[in-house]
Amino acid sequence: MISTKGLNFKYNEQASFSFPDINLGIDENLLIIGSSGIGKTTLLHLLAGLLESNSGSINLYGQDISKLTQHQIDKFRGQNIGIVFQKPHFVNSLTVKENLQLAQYLGNKKDQNRIIDILSSLDILDKENKKPKKLSQGEKQRASIAMAIVNSPKLILADEPTSSLDDENCDRVIKLLKKQASEFKAQLIVITHDNRLKKHFKKSIKL
Amino acid sequence: MNIFKLSIKNIVSKPLNSILSLALLIFGIGIISLMLQLNSLIKTQMDNNLKGIDMVVGAKGSPLQLILSAVYHIDSPTGNISVEDAKKIKNNRMVGSSIDLLYGDNYKGYRIVGTEQKFLDLYKAKIKEGRKWENPFEVVVGSKIYSKLNINIDDELVSSHGLRETGEEHADQLFKVVGLLEPSNSVIDQLIVTSPQSIWDLHDDHDHGSEEHEEEHEHDEEHDHEHDEEHDHEHDEEHDHEHDEEHDHEHDEEHDHEYDEEHEHDDKEITAMLIKFKSPMNIIQFPRQINEDTNLQAAVPSYEISRLFKLFGFGIETLTYLAYLIIIVSAFSLFINLFNSMRERKYEMALIRTLGSSRRQLSMMIIFESLILTTVGFFIGLLVSRLGVMFVSSLMEESLNYNLKSFGILNEELWLLGLSIFIGLISSIIPALQVYNLNISETLADE
Repeated sequence: MISTKGLNFKYNEQASFSFPDINLGIDENLLIIGSSGIGKTTLLHLLAGLLESNSGSINLYGQDISKLTQHQIDKFRGQNIGIVFQKPHFVNSLTVKENLQLAQYLGNKKDQNRIIDILSSLDILDKENKKPKKLSQGEKQRASIAMAIVNSPKLILADEPTSSLDDENCDRVIKLLKKQASEFKAQLIVITHDNRLKKHFKKSIKL
Repeated sequence: MNIFKLSIKNIVSKPLNSILSLALLIFGIGIISLMLQLNSLIKTQMDNNLKGIDMVVGAKGSPLQLILSAVYHIDSPTGNISVEDAKKIKNNRMVGSSIDLLYGDNYKGYRIVGTEQKFLDLYKAKIKEGRKWENPFEVVVGSKIYSKLNINIDDELVSSHGLRETGEEHADQLFKVVGLLEPSNSVIDQLIVTSPQSIWDLHDDHDHGSEEHEEEHEHDEEHDHEHDEEHDHEHDEEHDHEHDEEHDHEHDEEHDHEYDEEHEHDDKEITAMLIKFKSPMNIIQFPRQINEDTNLQAAVPSYEISRLFKLFGFGIETLTYLAYLIIIVSAFSLFINLFNSMRERKYEMALIRTLGSSRRQLSMMIIFESLILTTVGFFIGLLVSRLGVMFVSSLMEESLNYNLKSFGILNEELWLLGLSIFIGLISSIIPALQVYNLNISETLADE
């Protein structure tokens, strides 16, 4: 259950964004599509609690996150939201497995088996003791999905996951995301300017 | 995985960076700790050897040289003094006890000292194997010498004249090892000890040849004893002169005999004399009296050594200030390093926040990193200083036959640990605050 109402964010007088309301059922995925500079990333950051809106409310699973303190939002995000960034990023001093362990630690969860499950489901179990920098682009992408879902989040937010990929890989990544989301019972919201993704989603919003 | 482990991983993953940011701290801590160690080791070593010696009497010259040669055996003697002169001082009522020393020969660079047996008691030296010397040319060997040169009981040693190995060898007169000493952690560990007679004989030998030598041997055993009795006999003589002729006759004979010996004594010399006073009060007046009224020199070891330390101390102090300056600079170097690495890892920091880390946890990560670094730096610094001590010790051992061994941690070094931790804290304050106030959204959008 995700709903937003009258969301508004203002960087300054020139750059302020108003966003359409979102209402999403418990097992629905959503595509948010819009061209560059329209505030896509801003919306994603608002939903993830990384930014605080100037007005409006965000209700995630019965929790109005605009009412939480910074510390509570951090905890809430760690436990309920997984984020897939445009470019995969990791803590470079840690191995893939250690990155996932760190995510679990910060999300107050600890489950060694789940790490193995996810890595084998993403077909990168043999890379668990590698440093992220040693992975190929495709492996990095999959590892970053692992990071997003390791804490069994209710919501996966993906920011332009396919923008730099060719058609074939674009297809592969979005299918993988959807598959992982449904396999681990999470909702998926993808924010993108990539029109190729439209056919993969029943529900979409245009900014 | 937790924040502390993450800090360690961050440090270990860039070992070169970490070492570089610590180089100055290690250097500073190393120097200060080395100074502290050397200062304390030399002081203990010096003090250990000073126990029970209030004053040293020897020939005129530099008082420091007299102390260094007679107490520490690391300098040449100032010259010799006659037994006659020495006796006058011994008889002074302020003197509690005294020990004669004769030195000026060596075996492979280790000094041979002719002295009385109470010399062993002065350093609480115990016989480990064999016995004390009794006859001339019997020697007892200090622990460092026999373990280094592999000397055993009944070995015979050829001494050389002078204090260096290269001196002329006394090949015709061998010293026989009759005892080995237990380690006493004092100067006696590096000495070969024998009776004064051995040294006199060794050098008489050159003048008189070997025939007379045999004769002397016979008197030797009772030598000290008779020496002490001489005065009494002389007294007795005056009083009893007319009373008992028979006895007197016998006595005369004995006296003649002694007289010869005393005569011989007159041209005998010793190198120095260690004196203990009856009362510590005498330390002020008596040495001055000797220096002014006689042709002998009296020096007070504790005074000379503290004078020496003042000279040393100036150098040590300067170097220590320099090292503190280096440590202050090291705080800057560490700060700049942390600051840069934090900027480099800005995106990582934002990622960690999105994973659910609080601001406080992230700041702690930076502070931990800094504290771990400086603590490790402290221990590396300590290690460096110990290597330094070993190096200096090997130098001293080579040139002075002195060794300094003790690797305990001094209290002052604990204060250095405190200082290191403090440096770690202040260098990380600004980077930690910056991480605390990191704008995650902006950072992520930047990429």
